[in-house]
Amino acid sequence: MSYEDPRTIQSILHRARTIAIVGLSPNELRASHFVGYYLRRHGYTVIPVNPREESILGARSFASVAEIPEHVDVVDVFRAPEAVPAIAEEAVAAGAGALWLQYGVISPEGAEIAERGGLDVVMDRCMKVEHARYLGRMHWLGFNTGEITSSRSHG
Amino acid sequence: MSDEREWGFDTRQVHAGQRPDPYTGARAVPIFQTASYVFEDAESAAAYFNLQEYGNTYSRIMNPTTAAFEERVASLEGGVGAVAFASGLAAQAAALFTLLEPGDHVVAQAALYGGTITQLKHLQRKLGFDVTFVDGDSIDAWRAALRPETKALFGETIGNPGGNVLDLEAVAEVAHEHGALLIVDNTFATPYLCRPAEYGADVVVHSATKFIGGHGTSIGGVVVDSGSFDFANGRFPVVTDPSPAYHGLAFIETYGVYGYLMKLRAESLRDLGACLSPFNAFLFLQGLETLSLRMDRHVANAQAVAEWLEPHPGVARVRHAGLPSSPYHELAQRYLPLGAGSIFAFDLEGGRDTARTFVESLRVWSHLANVGDAKSLVIHPASTTHRQLSDEELAGAGIGPGTIRLSVGIESVDDLIWDLGQAL
Repeated sequence: MSYEDPRTIQSILHRARTIAIVGLSPNELRASHFVGYYLRRHGYTVIPVNPREESILGARSFASVAEIPEHVDVVDVFRAPEAVPAIAEEAVAAGAGALWLQYGVISPEGAEIAERGGLDVVMDRCMKVEHARYLGRMHWLGFNTGEITSSRSHG
Repeated sequence: MSDEREWGFDTRQVHAGQRPDPYTGARAVPIFQTASYVFEDAESAAAYFNLQEYGNTYSRIMNPTTAAFEERVASLEGGVGAVAFASGLAAQAAALFTLLEPGDHVVAQAALYGGTITQLKHLQRKLGFDVTFVDGDSIDAWRAALRPETKALFGETIGNPGGNVLDLEAVAEVAHEHGALLIVDNTFATPYLCRPAEYGADVVVHSATKFIGGHGTSIGGVVVDSGSFDFANGRFPVVTDPSPAYHGLAFIETYGVYGYLMKLRAESLRDLGACLSPFNAFLFLQGLETLSLRMDRHVANAQAVAEWLEPHPGVARVRHAGLPSSPYHELAQRYLPLGAGSIFAFDLEGGRDTARTFVESLRVWSHLANVGDAKSLVIHPASTTHRQLSDEELAGAGIGPGTIRLSVGIESVDDLIWDLGQAL
């Protein structure tokens, strides 16, 4: 099973409402902050998971996925690969719908834990980029989205 | 919802990068002839300028018509994206400008387009990097020229006017063993005849003025990133470090595989300012829709003309890689199986005077400084395109006093051959 499957990616992006971002930085120049800002701007509820911060992007920050009191659709991870298996266990326990591992966060072990727990898994892909590719405006800057369509509905 | 269908080249040359306009339904790509764009609100404006959101701000940096062209070229070359420029030379200058710092080094093949040689020599003096020109046919020469500060190797798929074909895989291997990029000018081959990224090229540049536009109407260029190069290999702090020219943004960390192109657009295009006009992008898009059809005719006509010229008594040598006599025939069969392009040189038995009489006697072939037009074109390099080069440099580029360069068009091939025959 590929962890870069376009159908899985699009299905996650279409269904998700609440996204927990593990390793979300308060520094607005870091990639995780870019992604959090972008996803919130596009209507998702972003829940920061960072034990060192009180709040990020105007939302309360939690120390771990296990502590989040509400339902989470996607657990999006910006952490070192070694940290992923434990995060995957928490995502399964929390009943999340998907585990999403960002660029360079490569953990076959974590992916397997999440998959066994019934979660969709995406690995080594950026949630912002994939949103921009399929639902957003990535084509406005000359990137190759791979999209071919004669339908008027696509922006 | 999109599936994983691998769309064919001919489908992508017509459709990639362009969706029917959601506002009007226009099926042809609209020409967004606007300098600027109204922001939805102040927060959106800030998000666009911070590059947190993909948004239109100012047409020096992005334009929807130009973006359709960029995505189409990226799709055809098999890259992750592209950035268009006002000319081919602007494109390759910006590709290097984004990568290099003073003290860096580039290795380039000696048999390059004359304008590229002049540009590299001029830029290295002005910007403080160093260029070594090598015999592109010798893999040992490429390797021997490497230095600790070598950041890029630069070559052409098909050389001008020698008809030389670069051994892309071998040169890419030399570059990658050294942690350097291979940049390839693919203008003469077009992505229809060869996609250098499939053989290891990291960045591909084009003069879109040539076959991409196809009709000699517009000047433009484009840079494509294959997405395969690891800029985080420790040798490219100029690309990976927080950018002082963009309020501390780290392009590779933030944009991953798209980082080089974001930097190329948000810094180099912004600062150098050589943007493509939306109208020219529109004309290039029209050209791309028929690229494969035109190239099939171009290469068939070129092959016929080359085969007719070779035994002609007034002709000393024909340098077309489609001929078995060419030292590049084998490489052409490997990298250019659909045809070795339609731009090539031949040497007249006589010298400069014979060349001048020949060029002036032609009726269908146009004497001008361009290539890659639907019309057949001819030029005498020693007195025109390569005039700035010394005799030694001319010889290095494989040009003699009687060398004639042809760009074979898509006319009736019998007429093209008839015209050459009456002028020879």
